[in-house]
Amino acid sequence: MSIVEETRIALLEMFPEFAAADAAARAAADKIDDEMETMIDEMDSIEPATEGDAPAGGDDEVEAAEPAEAATEPVPEPEEPEEEGPRENGVMLTDHAARGTDIDVLCAPDQVVQAARIMDESGFFLEAITGVDWIKDDKLEVIYDYNQYGQEQCRVVVRTLIPRSEPEIPTISDVMPSANWHERETHDFYGIKFIGHPHLIPILLPEDADFHPLLKDFKP
Amino acid sequence: MTVPIECRQDETFVLNLGPQHPATHGVLRVKLTLDGEYIVEAEPVLGYIHRMHEKMAEDRNFAQFMPNTARMDYLHALAFNHGYCLVVERAAGIEVPERAEYIRVITVELNRLISHILWWAAFLLDLGGFTPLLYAFDDREQVLDLLERVTGSRLTYCYFRFGGVYNDIDDEFITGTYAFIKRLRSRMPTQYHALVTGNIILQKRLKGIGIITEEQSRRYGCTGPVARGSGINYDIRKNEPYSVYPEFDFDVPVYHECDSMARYMVRMDEMEQSMRIIEQALDKLPDGPVKAKVPKILKPAEGDYWASVETARGNLGHRLVCDGKKNPYKLKLRSPTFCNLSCFAEVSEGMLLADALAFMGSLDLVIPEIDR
Amino acid sequence: MDTSIWRPILYLIGFMAFAGLNAAYLGWCERKGAGRIQRRTGPMEVGFQGLLQPLADGLKLMSKQLLVPTGVDGILFRVAPILAMIPALTSFAVIPFAGNIQARSVELSVLLLFALASIAMMAILLGGWASGNKYAVISAARSVSQNLAYEIPMLVTVITVVMITGSMNLQDIAVHQQGGFWHWNIFALNKSILMPISFIIFFICSIAETNRAPFDMAEAESELVAGFMTEYGSMGFGLFMMGEYLNMVVGACLVTILFLGGWDCPFGLFPGVWWFLLKIYILLFTVIWVRWTFPRTQIYKLLNLSWKILIPFSLVNLLVTAAFIKIF
Repeated sequence: MSIVEETRIALLEMFPEFAAADAAARAAADKIDDEMETMIDEMDSIEPATEGDAPAGGDDEVEAAEPAEAATEPVPEPEEPEEEGPRENGVMLTDHAARGTDIDVLCAPDQVVQAARIMDESGFFLEAITGVDWIKDDKLEVIYDYNQYGQEQCRVVVRTLIPRSEPEIPTISDVMPSANWHERETHDFYGIKFIGHPHLIPILLPEDADFHPLLKDFKP
Repeated sequence: MTVPIECRQDETFVLNLGPQHPATHGVLRVKLTLDGEYIVEAEPVLGYIHRMHEKMAEDRNFAQFMPNTARMDYLHALAFNHGYCLVVERAAGIEVPERAEYIRVITVELNRLISHILWWAAFLLDLGGFTPLLYAFDDREQVLDLLERVTGSRLTYCYFRFGGVYNDIDDEFITGTYAFIKRLRSRMPTQYHALVTGNIILQKRLKGIGIITEEQSRRYGCTGPVARGSGINYDIRKNEPYSVYPEFDFDVPVYHECDSMARYMVRMDEMEQSMRIIEQALDKLPDGPVKAKVPKILKPAEGDYWASVETARGNLGHRLVCDGKKNPYKLKLRSPTFCNLSCFAEVSEGMLLADALAFMGSLDLVIPEIDR
Repeated sequence: MDTSIWRPILYLIGFMAFAGLNAAYLGWCERKGAGRIQRRTGPMEVGFQGLLQPLADGLKLMSKQLLVPTGVDGILFRVAPILAMIPALTSFAVIPFAGNIQARSVELSVLLLFALASIAMMAILLGGWASGNKYAVISAARSVSQNLAYEIPMLVTVITVVMITGSMNLQDIAVHQQGGFWHWNIFALNKSILMPISFIIFFICSIAETNRAPFDMAEAESELVAGFMTEYGSMGFGLFMMGEYLNMVVGACLVTILFLGGWDCPFGLFPGVWWFLLKIYILLFTVIWVRWTFPRTQIYKLLNLSWKILIPFSLVNLLVTAAFIKIF
């Protein structure tokens, strides 16, 4: 199993409702794979026929669990339908060549600590934390980038949306010490309060700075 | 060496190392709580040359931000050019001609070479050896002349364009680069290794000092030579190949000692690997255009994109969020030294002041890149 | 003729001039030497090959105001640079440059020189402490522990020399070694087989005593900015610098007299002051050469070197020498 797949399964712990469906789907898919392998081994010539025979559960369910969410994510392909409403929480695979990331997770703000813990246990390191100000939706997005040292590429993005009027999110600095500085930086630029952060004072801005320059309504 | 607990009760004092201090290479300030010469607590204070490049990116169109990239890591500016180009090309779906990719690799590796050479010089200066600086500048000057020839500038390059490079390289550059590599190869064992690496004082000052364990390295997100000195085989050029790096045969030097000497050796070995890459790229250099046809004003599709490159100091990431307009909606820079430095407080605890400065030097800090 | 009055006065003027020129021009030599080592030219602008550079520097330093920062101990702050310069100057009074070129032949001149050398350390301590600067205080503390550590092996090694020659008068020690290099103390293997080691220990200690790289813990510019000199400007700084160079010269003179036969020619021909000068300048060049080649050590490693290696070695050396003298 590739590291992307392993990580996806680990991350699905955060979403029990998907995890069950996913596990079932995987079991089915494994079964198909096994069957396929045995069949391929036994009779190569009949291979086209087996595809038709495959139990419908497998591929279809996986497809349903993921690209359904993927659709709403702004993707470069224009033919993707974009009018399906906001993306739901969940784990999504992305194309590394097109996006630079492999797994994209959208979760509730209080789940970021759990996500950090899962990533920490899987041997990932924190690459960056940043925010995006979606002023039109009155939301702030907080993005956590995780990566690992393995030879196989797997970059994970964990993102969450918090209300602009009350930008608060639990800290992950007790799970990942490197988050300490990244959270301070994000606090500088976006005014996001990381609850439980040990030392949330400006890091790059002057120590008495009370402005947050990357907010879209910031006037210098 | 740790300070006995009973010593820490009182008698400590605070020393502000910086913002103007000979060993901080710029305007880094470290608030040190010292007990005698032992560090009880260290707190780096950043932001003295913070320029808010990320805000500038939002205010300009994609091409206009290009010169800014070189102002961050002024020692490996071309890698910052490259990283920004990669993320924009990824967003806009621009294909780069092969010759341009080769030229990018050659110039970036030349730039990495001189970045390491300058680090070597400055590091020795931190350790009190002044002479290597001038020898290193001699070598560095050769490359600066070569790069000036093709890029037009000596330090803050703005050479890469979306879909290629600004200028083609000429024969004089190629012969000059070969000659430089030959020269550096001949000087490497005598000037760099015999004079400095083998020096007993240097060895004593670096071995066992500033140990960043593999686990610490992961928890603090260290990358680049700092991670490779901690026994982690991680190099974006190999792990997440970009440009034409997969076509070259080069090794990733990894040392397992985790101390300052390991980081020193990683960089020294990397210089050799960079020379190998440059030679192979020059040998295989294909013909063709150096710039793809790209509209003047780019309007990438909505979405967010990530691209990482390996700079001389580690993993440089760009996160670009586009909203279909002609300027980035958001551009996040993940600078390698910012993360590498974050472990300083934990690692330097209980160290001697002189050792902490040697350790800080071995992290290869470039302050404008930390502060952005 | 009443030589007893004129001789000291003449020599005083002579040695003052010698010391002053050395203090000024060693700086020039060092910059030129460093330039050669670093493949550049060094000072070139003032005069031929920059020969007038020391004058220009001195003029500049003297025309600047001596700034006394607020919150420093004003008296000690001003006294410290003078204290750095005077003992070094005084030392020249007892150093024999040749058989008949010596201001004053003092019976205990070796002892006197070491006493004066300790005052130079006091100057660093006072200057560092009076500056009220944290870097300076750290530097002063380092300087004291370093000098303390290196004075012990230095004195123990000197005792071996004194035992061999049976005198504490520099003149006598030098005279004792006349007649070719095989008579020099460094090669006096018939008196103690460890004499070359004594020489090495003594030379290392003399570099450490004068706070020269790689033992320049006190001014370690990449750690402590400029150490005890951080707050000094104008001639205060100038005096510290001159004091440092003079201490180097005194150290080189001592090494020459104690181990290298003073003004003796290596082949027993034409002994004279030129041989003495040649020897001290070769030693000074070595010191400069070392400084521009090696990185700095670290203070605790430096102290370890003294307490764990040099002191035991010098004590063993002393015992062996004593045994040799007793047996033969």
